[in-house]
This record gives sequence, structure tokens and C-alpha cells, in this order.
Amino acid sequence: MTIETKTYNIDLHHVTRVEGHGNIRINTRQGVVEEVKLSIVEANRFFESFTRGMSPQEIPWVVGRICGICCVGHQLSATKAVEAAQGIRVSPQTVLLRKMLNQSQFLQSHVLHVYFLAVPDFVGTPSVMPLIKTHPDVVKRALRLKKLANDYTAVLGGRTLHPMSHTLKGWRRLPTLDAIAQIHDRLLAAVPDLLETVAIIKTLKIPPYQRETEFVSLKHPDEYALYDGDIFSSDTQERVAVRDYLRVTNEFTVPHCTTRWSRWHRDAYAVGALARVNNNFHQLHPQAQEVAQVLGLKVPCFNPYMNTVAQVVEIVHCTYDSLAMMETVLNGGLREEDIQHTPVAGRGCGAVEVPRGILFHEYAFDESGRCCDANAIIPTSQNINNIEQDMKAFVPQMLPSMSQEALTLHMEMLLRAYDPCISCSVHMLDIQFTT
Amino acid sequence: MKPKVAFFDFASCEGCQLAVLNCEDAFLDILNLVDIVEFREAMSETAPRFDVAFIEGSIHREIDVQRLQGIRARSSVLVAMGACACIGNVQARSNFIAPAENFKRVYGEADRNLVQSDPEFWPLWAHTRVRAVKEIVSVDYELRGCPIVPEEFVHLVKALVVGSIPSFPANAVCVECKMAENECVFDQGETCMGQVTYGGCKAICVTHGYRCDGCRGFLPQANRVAHQAVLREKGLSDAQIEHRYRLFCSAQFVGRENRR
Repeated sequence: MTIETKTYNIDLHHVTRVEGHGNIRINTRQGVVEEVKLSIVEANRFFESFTRGMSPQEIPWVVGRICGICCVGHQLSATKAVEAAQGIRVSPQTVLLRKMLNQSQFLQSHVLHVYFLAVPDFVGTPSVMPLIKTHPDVVKRALRLKKLANDYTAVLGGRTLHPMSHTLKGWRRLPTLDAIAQIHDRLLAAVPDLLETVAIIKTLKIPPYQRETEFVSLKHPDEYALYDGDIFSSDTQERVAVRDYLRVTNEFTVPHCTTRWSRWHRDAYAVGALARVNNNFHQLHPQAQEVAQVLGLKVPCFNPYMNTVAQVVEIVHCTYDSLAMMETVLNGGLREEDIQHTPVAGRGCGAVEVPRGILFHEYAFDESGRCCDANAIIPTSQNINNIEQDMKAFVPQMLPSMSQEALTLHMEMLLRAYDPCISCSVHMLDIQFTT
Repeated sequence: MKPKVAFFDFASCEGCQLAVLNCEDAFLDILNLVDIVEFREAMSETAPRFDVAFIEGSIHREIDVQRLQGIRARSSVLVAMGACACIGNVQARSNFIAPAENFKRVYGEADRNLVQSDPEFWPLWAHTRVRAVKEIVSVDYELRGCPIVPEEFVHLVKALVVGSIPSFPANAVCVECKMAENECVFDQGETCMGQVTYGGCKAICVTHGYRCDGCRGFLPQANRVAHQAVLREKGLSDAQIEHRYRLFCSAQFVGRENRR
């Protein structure tokens, strides 16, 4: 078939191996791309509406339910926003424990994405299930690493999903030093598994497509920014305070998505592992920088398929950084802190990096201390616009050499590379090819 | 032949599917007992019919109702998995607010007017109200909680595989909390929903320093009038009590009380 005769109608409903419901629709007629559309078809849940009336302590606990896979990130971002609104300052101990909790979720989420959601595409299977027979060692290693990361979250938070041990100001129940020592030793013992992970990823053939875009992430003067920092743009090198986040996200609504879109200095911007690695490469742990080099990730990198590689780099960073934080806790010990708080009126914003990118929460409380306004802007909703722009740029490049099946797979892989979390952004993918 | 099992998600955080993937120790054993034929979050395969369908999420729109009915028709056994599917979870709180107001608060007035007047935005944006799965189709078993308890999931799968009837004792969380030897939340100066809430979670939230917020739903035989009297004694106003009852159980509370 020559390019002139290529009339593809791709209509993919509920793209698989992503978190949430999304559709991709691509129509080409006689070699010309007529339509590329990425739809999020998730039902609305109205968190920003029904949180009104809640107490400051209830907010992080309830809004964690926005997303299972990034519940910790939502809790932490909301906690920071509520604390800003309530004029609460927290101790260095609490900050340290929160950084560990956040990194535990990075490990869990990145391992899940790399092994369960992304790797099957590269080895050509529809899911991880066939790998159980053909690559049992890989699957067992994936389960082992995932269990370790889950246990890490549970040690700090009380359980893996929707943890309840932490709240405003600090911890309701502190983790025991014994439990931290155990998880420290298990994490240290997992280093060979990490090296094997790097070895597998090195064998994957990453599609070589590039589109220059704006990368947005947190930036911190002293560390690879995951828990704290200012908002940073790779286009302007500008730093913006978190309280001015609306100046960055500039949300707008489109008919084919139930999520709102974002843009800043150009048509679209990207957040997530690749954005962070690009913006803050030199603050990564030296071991992580080395892994980036081994895997051929050189900044600036504009190939969105490399996001999976950036996640592996961050797995290594979080492992070594977590080990150091655990050692700090084990050397210094933990002490009970007063977490009592009487709600007051006020408004505040918070942001953290979560596995899929920068996450903003904002809350206001009235005179009775009840929530009267809420807003959350989620990484995937910031990325959706950028993903559609990638598709629009790549489809014409891919069309001459690819069958409809190959093109569909590459679009799905592109979407999955961003590791979209559509529950968060409300849900995602349908590729439609029309005949 | 191994039973064919499928997972489907509606409006939810998809954390309960994740809880299934998080059964790492039992995961490979489960795969020896059942064939997972559809699980969109983890695999691309699909299937025409299923022996057991797990439904995660609450039901909000007409397109979701139709999809759910299709799944029910193709399934021998249907399991509501998690608080969203069983009782509507926290998002059912939005049922107390007019849909137009919900849209306005989340998307702003201009976008609200746009999505509710331009047919291009339908049917994706045609939210009606948050419903539990059993309000639409018949449900054979419920895995309660936000999130589900992995042990209950494994118990249910084992029972279905050997053809026995899974048993989920109708204890209050309060009973399991005593067994866990926790100090009573009321004695710590807080209030708790544990007396009127389905157990099975081993009072995990109280064990880790919090209170019970009732995510597993109300026990049908619970004496809610007496519980509310205790909350009043502890200084909660009627409005505060209503707030607590509606935190996780809005759909259940309102649905049941209205129908009586």
C-alpha cells in the first residue's frame, strides 16, 4: 500500500494498561491526516464540589480517593495546601517522613508502570500474563520489587492504599525504628534487582520520535525536587511560586475530554519523570545519573517514549535517596509530636511531584473552619494536551512506513509512556481509524 | 476448566484493582486457579463472557448504565468490588448538590453552560447522580471497603473456585477493634463510626491511630438511633452527625432511608 492510498480509521475505546478510561481517534484519508483526537471519557466525580463542608483534617484523607495509584501524592499535596491555609508549620521530622512516604509511592508506581504496563509492548505481548510462562524471572522480580515498595509505604503510612497514619502537622502513629531498619535492609538487598531492571530496559527498542516541548516541574535549590520547590519552566528558566500555579496551568475545556487541558508558554507542556530529569538532572543521585547514561538518556531529551527510561532513573534515585533518609531516621530516632489543631479560616495552595508530574491542590476554609472552596490540577490533565500534540506530530511521520496495526500500537505506547492516570484527571483512550 | 474472571472499572480511583495486583504473594497462585480474561488496567486482552465479573466504581451516566448491564448479561457471577461499587463512596456526597452546581464548582460557570448546552459534549458529560452497582443490576457478592481488604478478595476467589459459598461475617468494626486490643477512639476524646459499620477490615484505621469513618457501609442491623445519641452525648451537633454519616455512605444512607 502506498502512502497515497492509506486511509486509516483508528478508533480505540478504553485504551488498556493505563489507569482510567481513554479513547484515541485517528482518521487519515489517502495519506493525509484528517483527525487526531485523544479523549478522556471518565465519569465526573466532582471532588472539588463535594469537599465543601469538610474539616481541614478530613480533606487529605478524602481527596486521596481521587486516585489509587497516586493516593499518597494527593494526600501530601492536599496536606500542604491545607496547612498553608491553616497557618501550620511542620517539624523537620515530619518533612523527612513525608519525603520518604512520597518516594515509596514513586517506587511502587514506577515499578508497576515499567514492568506491568510498558514492558509488554516492547516484548510484543498484550499483557504481563504471557510473560509469566516465558519470562518467569522477570515477573517474579517485578512482583518482588513492587511488594517491597508497597511494604515501604505501609511501614510509613499504615497501609499501601489510602494510608491513614499521617495527617496535618505530623503522624498519628509513628513508624517503629525496627520496621524502618527492616525495610532499609530489604531495599539495600534489592540493588541487584535494580541492576537487572536496568539491564532489561537497556535491551528495549525505544521508538526514535521527538517533538520539542516545554517541560514543567518543581525545582529546589538543594535537592532533586520531589516534595518541595518552586514551579520551573524549561522554556524560560522562570521560577514561579506555587501559590501562583494558575498562571502556569491556564486550564481550558474541550468537548472530547472530561478533563481540562493546560498550556503555558506554548501550545502544550509536559510534566512527569522526563520533565523532572530534564529540568533537574544534576541533582539526581550519582548512581541515577550513571544509569541515565547507561540507558542513553541525555538531557535535553525530547523523545516522550523515553519517559519510561526516566522512570527507571528515578527508581534508582529514590532507592539511594530513601536509603540515606532511612539512615538519618535510624541515627536520630523519632519522637511523638503534638498534632492537635483547631480549624481556622484561610486559603492555601500546595504542590508536590507525584510519579506522573506536578500536582497542585488549593483549599479555602470559612469562619467555622469548614472547606468552602477547592481546586486540584492533576499531572495527567496537564499532559493530555501535550500527548495529543505529540500524536499530531508523529502520525504524519509514522504513516509512510507503518501499517494501521503498527500505528495504533505506537499511539497506545505513546499514551502509556506518559503513564497517564486518568482516574485522577477524570478517565482516557479510544483510537478510531475510519474506513 | 478454570473459571474465566474479568475486572471492570467505572467511576473510581481504581485502587481496588491495584489492591488485587498488590496481592503479590498470592498473585501467581491465583493465576493457577483462574483465567483472568479481561483486566483493562493491567492487560489488553478481552473476552466475550465471564464466569466472574468484578465491578469497581460507582455508576454516574446513562452510557455507564448500559455498559454495566452488558457486563451483567455476560457474567455468571457479579461482584461489587470496593466502596464505590458497593455504596457510592465519597463521591456520592455530590448527590446532595444539583448537577449544574457541581459542574459550575469544578469547571466554572462558562464551561458549565457550554458542556450542558452543546450536544457535542454529551453524552460524556451527562452526569445524573452517583449510584451503587446494586441500584442498576443484581449483585451476587460484595467486597467492601475503601480500599478492599486483599484477604477478603483471596477468600472470595478461593470459595468461587471450589464452588462453596464465601462467608463474610456481619460483625461491626467495633467488635474487631476490641479483638485488636485497640484503645477505644471514644476514650481518646474522638468519635467513631465503628459501631454501625461492617467489619472485615480488622479495624485497620483505628489500629494505625485514626478513627473509623464507615467506608465499609452500615450494618443493616446496626442501631443507628442509639449511635447517634452517643455522638450527641459527645458533643456533636445534628449537622455534624449528618456530616459524619455522609462522609463515605451518602448513597447508602439516603437511598435506604428515603425508600422506607
